[in-house]
Amino acid sequence: MTTADRDTPDYEQLHGQALLLRKDIIRMLGIAGSGHPGGSLSAIDYITYLYWFRLRIDPAHPDWADRDRFVLSKGHCAPAWYVALAARGYFPRAWLWTLRDIDSRLQGHPDMLKTPGVDMTSGSLGQGFSAATGIALGGKLQQQDFRVYVMLSDAELQEGIVWEAAMAASHYTLDNLIVFVDDNKLQTDGFTADIMSPNPIAEKWRAFGFETYEINGHDLAQIHDAVERCQAREGRPHAIVGDTIKGKGVPSLENQVDSHSLSKPLTEAEMAHLLAELEGG
Amino acid sequence: MIEAQPNRAMYGQTLVELGEQDPRIIVFEADIAKSTNTYRFGERFPERFFNCGAAELNMVCMAAGASTMGLIPFASTFCMFASMRACEAVRQSVCYAKRNVKIVATNAGVEIAGDGPSHQAVEDLAIMRVMANLIVLSPSDPVTTRLATRAIAAYVGPVYMRLGRQVAPVLHAEETPFEIGTMIRLRDGGDVTIIATGNMVEQALIAADELSRAGVEARVLDCHTIKPIDRQAIVHAAQETGCLVTAEDHSIYGGLGGAVSEVVAETCPVLVHRVGLADRFASSGRDYKALLRHFGLHAGAIVDQVQQALSRRRAYSRDLASPLRSSEWG
Repeated sequence: MTTADRDTPDYEQLHGQALLLRKDIIRMLGIAGSGHPGGSLSAIDYITYLYWFRLRIDPAHPDWADRDRFVLSKGHCAPAWYVALAARGYFPRAWLWTLRDIDSRLQGHPDMLKTPGVDMTSGSLGQGFSAATGIALGGKLQQQDFRVYVMLSDAELQEGIVWEAAMAASHYTLDNLIVFVDDNKLQTDGFTADIMSPNPIAEKWRAFGFETYEINGHDLAQIHDAVERCQAREGRPHAIVGDTIKGKGVPSLENQVDSHSLSKPLTEAEMAHLLAELEGG
Repeated sequence: MIEAQPNRAMYGQTLVELGEQDPRIIVFEADIAKSTNTYRFGERFPERFFNCGAAELNMVCMAAGASTMGLIPFASTFCMFASMRACEAVRQSVCYAKRNVKIVATNAGVEIAGDGPSHQAVEDLAIMRVMANLIVLSPSDPVTTRLATRAIAAYVGPVYMRLGRQVAPVLHAEETPFEIGTMIRLRDGGDVTIIATGNMVEQALIAADELSRAGVEARVLDCHTIKPIDRQAIVHAAQETGCLVTAEDHSIYGGLGGAVSEVVAETCPVLVHRVGLADRFASSGRDYKALLRHFGLHAGAIVDQVQQALSRRRAYSRDLASPLRSSEWG
């Protein structure tokens, strides 16, 4: 049972779905009182595209052996993953309101033992990508034709293990591996370029042997075009570097360092304000 | 017939045997295949052998990822790199994610001798023992290395096993029953128990012989599994022999000595003396045996600790038996 039952995406439908997911991100984080809204919002267009058009998955059978894999290496943005998994039917939407609770199925960072649809535990930056590389290697070894999609943040590229794994992915010709860099240009302490610049990002992936594309990470047509080109090219792993906006969709959060993490629950008024901003955006 | 050889050599040979039996077994390496002996698996099954180069952290995470495909990855490097450089990958991607990954590391303790403290692993047992979900093994000889390698391949879950570098004598019969989480009694005795692991088991047997000549009969236990520790064997040893001496090529903190002391403190307090490195690094040494002697990792040090423990126990008993103490307890 595949998601991709059409040749081209219905961009209007995907756009509407992304808006619904953004709203749920605000709601679940507002209730949880902590978590990472900015990076979750910047990642959601890519995740929407994957879960509503691209991935070969069956939410009723999360462990289906032939499914495409998705690994959120920037694990602190788990809310973006959880809202998509809930909306695709992996688990009840009510779980979203238990985010970060004791023994919740939705931990603060992705836990493959607790959440259906989570293909790899992540949260320590860089490790999810390295594990995804191992999954892609295992898929090749077992001659399975699924693809492994993995999302990293631009600040995550500061972790040395990212480049160890990139070297390995290229060395082992893992053309079933598709990296998406959510280049939202902000991290906990400020602008990534000021803290420890990972730039130029695309050149680095090219130098490591990746087929690399640079796109607007909020433009669903550009995402689709880049992924299509990844599918068409064999012999090298792929990297899609998406220019994105931290907090995308909520004007008061966009490009704000403070949108990286939430420090207290949102009042009903605050939540209503952010949701209204989303509608306006 | 198994002969004396480095435990790492027996590991390499057993890996090949396991690879023949189970196609799910794959091997990850970090550029020291000739030393860890995984090169033998690589020669036999090149398509199932992945050298990650000098990148241990990535090796461990890749193994974790590959395990999600139902494969059984063995990832090998030196104990020092596995437990410290790749420490957080072991915690997050292997233990927390509960992956079926076998981290088998060589050059335990000071066995790398000449390379010096930068490459000697005297902290790994303590570090790995604290990781939830991880079991920790430290076999003493080629027989138990082979049995342990087979046992961890069959066990489903995260494993760390440390192996020595130097030639290890055969201490066990080939048909020795082997079970993860138990100790093997190598020698009986009622006066004291020596619990040893890895290369110190041989030294414990030598020490027991020497003690026997001096009229002290020591029980010797080979503790090949540091976690889960064999609580029953420790409690019986404490109850039946009254005091314990642990011996390990490792820091006295947190490893075998720490594990045994925790059990004893919780169940049946008796004296525990620990042989190992006491808050210090060792040194390079061109002669491995001389290095062990210099840093007190040898039979003589075990004998010393047994005698000290026995003498303290005697003093303690006299103290308890004194009229003053008795009247105080009224």
